[in-house]
Amino acid sequence: MKLADFLFPGAFVPQLQSDDKEGLIRELVEALVRAKKVPRGNVTAVVDALLERERLGSTGIGKGIAVPHAKHRSVKEVVGTVGLSPQGVDFAALDGELVYVFFLLVSSPNDAAGHLAALELIAETLKHETFCRFLRQCRTQQELVELLEEADQGRYTL
Amino acid sequence: MDERDRTGESMTQQDGEPQAECVSEVELRNPSGLHTRPAATFVDRASKFRAEVLLLKDGREANGKSILDLLALGAEKGAHLTLITRGPDAAAAAEALRGMLETGFDET
Repeated sequence: MKLADFLFPGAFVPQLQSDDKEGLIRELVEALVRAKKVPRGNVTAVVDALLERERLGSTGIGKGIAVPHAKHRSVKEVVGTVGLSPQGVDFAALDGELVYVFFLLVSSPNDAAGHLAALELIAETLKHETFCRFLRQCRTQQELVELLEEADQGRYTL
Repeated sequence: MDERDRTGESMTQQDGEPQAECVSEVELRNPSGLHTRPAATFVDRASKFRAEVLLLKDGREANGKSILDLLALGAEKGAHLTLITRGPDAAAAAEALRGMLETGFDET
């Protein structure tokens, strides 16, 4: 599996505008709709599912990173996107810090393995500190695309 | 030198302080694998111990106090993991953390 298999450049948001959890999740889901990865009619349901998951415990896993995710029947396999908040958002992260980097995933209710594999790949890549630093510096969609392509080519393998 | 006893606990001397080490083989029980929530729960519990906590899968090593590290293992249900705890409270940490992995984090 590669990042490009489930992270779609058409849905990347290099400069997120929202400054709260709900707005930010909505902004990323809207981006997945524009990229035709989530049906327009399911925006509210998908946003609700993501917020419901946040209520079980923040997906802000620390070090300025969050991985909001939920299962929804409108997708057949895991789809996701990347968003950056240059100013940082209070996401109730587990370490109490602001979050700058978001990897949002929506997976099929029948595909726990796909979700786990996508998370594994994201986590493996984010463990690389140089990758994280470069990621935080991206300001355009093109920069994000190039960085993730480099990661898929193995440049940031530990 | 570090004398590892794969069947359980061993003691080594390091800088004058006794360093216990516990190694246990565990099978991951929770149905959807070591995803974000169980990883966060594990880290929360592991961080309460002074002992160093390592989780190994297929030769890959994760710091048991890092969610990112644990997620990067991609451990599915039934995965065979090696839990290593090392430090003054290694035995207590091993017992608590092994219990979590084997009972499936109360996930249904």
